[in-house]
Amino acid sequence: MAVPAHKKGEVKDRWAAGVTPYAEMGYYQPDYVPKDSDILCAFRLIPQEGIDPVEASAAVAGESSTATWTVVWTDRLTAYENYQAKCYRVDPVPGTNQYIAYIAYNLDLFEEGSIANLTSSIIGNVFGFKALKALRLEDMRIPPHYVKTFQGPAHGVVMEREYLNKFGRPLLGATVKPKLGLSARSYGRVVYEALRGGLDFTKDDENINSQPFMRWRDRFLFAMEGVARSMAETGEIKGHYMNVTAATMEDMYERAEFAKEIGTVIIMIDLTIGYTAIQSMAKWARRNGVILHLHRAGHGTYTRQKTHGVNFRVISKWMRMAGVDHIHAGTVVGKLEGDPNAIRGYYKTLLENTLPPEPRIGLYFEQDWASLPGTMPVASGGIHAGQMPQLLHYLGEDVVLQFGGGTIGHPDGIAEGAAANRIAVEAIIQARNEGRDYLNEGPDILARAARWSPSLHKALEVWKDITFNFESTDVPDAVPTLTV
Amino acid sequence: MRITQGTFSYLPDLSDEQIKAQIQYCLDHDWAVSVEHTDDPHPRNAYWDMWGLPMFDVKDPAAIMLEVNACRKAFPNLYVRVNGYDRTYGRQTTALSFIVNRPKDEPGFRLDRQESHDRVVRYTLHSYAADKPKGKRYGE
Repeated sequence: MAVPAHKKGEVKDRWAAGVTPYAEMGYYQPDYVPKDSDILCAFRLIPQEGIDPVEASAAVAGESSTATWTVVWTDRLTAYENYQAKCYRVDPVPGTNQYIAYIAYNLDLFEEGSIANLTSSIIGNVFGFKALKALRLEDMRIPPHYVKTFQGPAHGVVMEREYLNKFGRPLLGATVKPKLGLSARSYGRVVYEALRGGLDFTKDDENINSQPFMRWRDRFLFAMEGVARSMAETGEIKGHYMNVTAATMEDMYERAEFAKEIGTVIIMIDLTIGYTAIQSMAKWARRNGVILHLHRAGHGTYTRQKTHGVNFRVISKWMRMAGVDHIHAGTVVGKLEGDPNAIRGYYKTLLENTLPPEPRIGLYFEQDWASLPGTMPVASGGIHAGQMPQLLHYLGEDVVLQFGGGTIGHPDGIAEGAAANRIAVEAIIQARNEGRDYLNEGPDILARAARWSPSLHKALEVWKDITFNFESTDVPDAVPTLTV
Repeated sequence: MRITQGTFSYLPDLSDEQIKAQIQYCLDHDWAVSVEHTDDPHPRNAYWDMWGLPMFDVKDPAAIMLEVNACRKAFPNLYVRVNGYDRTYGRQTTALSFIVNRPKDEPGFRLDRQESHDRVVRYTLHSYAADKPKGKRYGE
């Protein structure tokens, strides 16, 4: 069919063989109004010298959806307008060479219920794109239409609390230390002492799988002896996160089945096993009534730097969709990276049902979770009893506070270290509920409790001066850098 | 032994004033307060006996304290707990739960081990008090 004369030039420009700027191929549409069902992304990007930021942003949209480097006539066999991602806004970040590009993706681009497919699209190719110096996925708006295709947390915060019979306070845990080298029998001793002393959970570390000094099956059996003994001594439900991370799905299923058979309430996996394996284990965990803990091993390689990688709030969203019940999400006050505002954003992302955009805490978009259960955030790494007021203030009550060194390093023993942490958390919760200014009066509240608790007294003495005050590398743009 | 279920079991037993302050906290959050008692403190016994219905409409902590004390008077040697229930959309679960009365003598639990195949042990918590029939467990 002949092309009408008045359209000839336009059609030729768009479809001429060769290389056409992405912005002119439909990947930049400043007038586009995102649909309720679109997936939205905010990318932070730094274009190479001399590259127009709008063209760079359009390139991100193009390369993360339908485009390749040159015009292909086969696009014309498709309703390509629908499949092209559309960059609809590009904002400069004041005082920097960075830009925030907002891109909308039609829901048809993604397979239902697949984090692997979602991430292969959104972060699959573009992060190595030569025209960009750096690129970071800052946030995503996942529409309820897509959320509803995911299982979500195997149990979620509400079910976990009802199952454990523990309400009104943060849960307490400890990672067994030293993390490498203990025999299974010695390892179980730490589990027993920490749980009978007052913790709710103990935990395998991320790199404890099945090494020559301690094979997984032996560890599980001795840990369970410790769990059961501590339950008899306290009348509480206790758990040890049995790490089933392994080389293959078959191995992981075998370990998980065994953990279930011997009666554990919780197992764990590492982020290193991959998104698909995480989704498989989440389905297993729901089917078998076992809580699923996720250790974010490796995330710092791509979440920490401000200008390149994937922000942890995005990982939080993916993991809530993938279906884990627990995820490490920062401590604010501990030894690992964590700006207070950014961490508040992660916690809200994991726990709440609907969130408005809130730049102060790094949330670029609204997010409606459509009643997907919440994932319990876990705070772990360099925290101790003396920090309890700040921990409650920054992290709230729906959190697992994990004191590894802060339990096992207690001078009077592991059980005393555990008791110190439990007394500290109960005393601060009591004071908060009584309406006291527990943040400012915290040291006094703890000191009073320490008068009748020698274990708390010792803990406060030993760790009184321990803080980790370093400037965060990753903070939301909306506020100046601050540390605790 | 001392059963450490509930939000405040590691603290010294709460005084009436302290209990009242916690009840006030529940009321401030619009949580319904309820009182429950049991002679079977197994950690998986979710259903303690209810001392009446949750007090959805009572907003006076003193009035709730009367119920707490009435329950404690009726069962001076049993476990009694106070719960705050949050009916908020997305929560719809217990928000606070703490023990306010316990038996003078808490015999606790025996750990039964059934040796099974391949070194697997099946563990059961056995409440000493629950060996006796209801009504005779704590010398009530």
